[in-house]
Amino acid sequence: MNNDEIRASLLKRSRASKNELFGKIISGLCIAIIVAVVVSIFYFVASKGLATFFHDKVNLWKFLTGTIWNPSTTDAQGHPQVGALPMIIGSFAVTFLAAIVATPFAIGAAVFMTEISPRIGRKVLQPVIELLVGIPSVVYGFIGLSVVVPFVRHTFGGSGFGILSGTFVLFVMILPTVTSMTVDALNSVPRNYREASLALGATRWQTIYKVVLRASVSGIITAVVFGMSRAFGEALAVQMVIGNAMLLPSNLISPASTLTSVLTMGMGNSVMGSLSNNALWSLALLLLIMPLIFNIIIRWIGKRGAMH
Amino acid sequence: MKKKLITLLGLTSLMIILSGCGLKQSGESITAVGSSALQPLVEAAGDRFTEEYPGKFINVQGGGSGTGLSQIQAGSVEIGNSDLYAEQKSGINAKHLVDHRVAVVGVAPVVNKKIPIKNLTLSQLAQIFSGDITNWQKLGGPDQKIVVINRAQGSGTRDTFERWVMKGRSTMQAQEQDSTGMVRQIVASTPGAISYMAFPYVDQTLRTLNIDGVTPTDKNVQTNKWQIWSYEHMYTNGKPEGLTAQFMKYILSDTIQDEIVGEMGYIPIKDMKVSRTLTGKVAAIK
Repeated sequence: MNNDEIRASLLKRSRASKNELFGKIISGLCIAIIVAVVVSIFYFVASKGLATFFHDKVNLWKFLTGTIWNPSTTDAQGHPQVGALPMIIGSFAVTFLAAIVATPFAIGAAVFMTEISPRIGRKVLQPVIELLVGIPSVVYGFIGLSVVVPFVRHTFGGSGFGILSGTFVLFVMILPTVTSMTVDALNSVPRNYREASLALGATRWQTIYKVVLRASVSGIITAVVFGMSRAFGEALAVQMVIGNAMLLPSNLISPASTLTSVLTMGMGNSVMGSLSNNALWSLALLLLIMPLIFNIIIRWIGKRGAMH
Repeated sequence: MKKKLITLLGLTSLMIILSGCGLKQSGESITAVGSSALQPLVEAAGDRFTEEYPGKFINVQGGGSGTGLSQIQAGSVEIGNSDLYAEQKSGINAKHLVDHRVAVVGVAPVVNKKIPIKNLTLSQLAQIFSGDITNWQKLGGPDQKIVVINRAQGSGTRDTFERWVMKGRSTMQAQEQDSTGMVRQIVASTPGAISYMAFPYVDQTLRTLNIDGVTPTDKNVQTNKWQIWSYEHMYTNGKPEGLTAQFMKYILSDTIQDEIVGEMGYIPIKDMKVSRTLTGKVAAIK
């Protein structure tokens, strides 16, 4: 009798093991849903985006290098005019220019926050930067439209819409991301590096320049690539200031367009399944692949940095 | 194993119950999707409709004429709003769609206020948008570069404008904006800018142009003296039934046509002195 009770209690699942099972099921389910969502997004975008090439028989090379975007019409040979080069160039131009402008500022701010005056950095700069991250992109776009565009028009001429305005807006948008990641990179440099350098008689500037920055170079590059991938995917703010002309940009102040701006403008005006819609999905596919490449670059840099 | 199954079943049933809550709305509803130019009108009419017939709801969404037409073709909504004839849109099979013309809207060329020009000929206007005229000086204005601002490709307003102004000539690649609000803001603030927009959106921050001496007014649209206008279509898939039929009748009733349509800047269908077919043939209405 007594034995049976003990056996039963041993064989029965305890409360804790039931809880554990429950937790396992919940987390498994969540992971399954996330994976399913990611896979189906990829599948959906790819199936729609590739239809341009397989179903509508557009030449991939012509798609990537053509300069005329007018999916509803065909050229003299009867090929649809879907040349995405102006948008591809526009996207890369604003991304790289914004990264080039933002990087020195970000490194400067990060050095100040970690090496020169960590107290002011933590108390003043950190909250300000976090605030910048929280501003919605439409606000950046609106400020860009009413401040940056007229400024560019008065200073450099043209209509004010163009890659330069897009660069200015994106620069402010990616600055907080790049700065805070650079701060992390600088903070992860071991203290004894600095101490050793100072003990050898190096000045503070020499320590920062020759030791701290050198040691965190892979972290800084990761920060910049991260900022670039944010800039590349930004749609709204850029769309408001870049002018959205599907032309090869001849200079920085002539209206241009980006992949994202063409996408947001065209989606509502095209019919599902038509060529103009499929061509937009192909642009979406490009946009999906690019962050993937950025991510691979980040991982690669991370690995190289780790071996160091 | 059994326990796992029971938990799983429990979770699924919980999900179903939860999602059911959203649908537990007393009464019936239909959805109208499409043209952003028509959206405010349908929204206002829908609100009045619900006030008058409690428990019946009209969900109105934007998304553009293309979205409206493709959604109604797929049968996923009850009404598809469009600025264009369904036949004009590639990829749409208009056979099963029934057209309900609920209003007319005129489109006017607008310029930045600092441009002192008041009147252009139709061919001058076409030359501006095709890129042949690039400076206001050529048209008797100041020495100022013309900044052309287009709507996005496939936009109903742009199609209307190109059809009646460009008449087959192609528009040059220029700045494009996907909403009339943005166009208004940009034309108002950019020196030398020119664009076009539907009458309801025109305000005192910019100036409309006369074409060949004709002013863009509702009266001139009604007689087709002002040619740049289009019907606002609400398409149903097949003959409307039930609530859809009731709503279509309501939006064409005198209450809505007299009170809301005119008030919002559209032109009531019954005020039109002419009708225009898909191919552009104009006939007087007796």
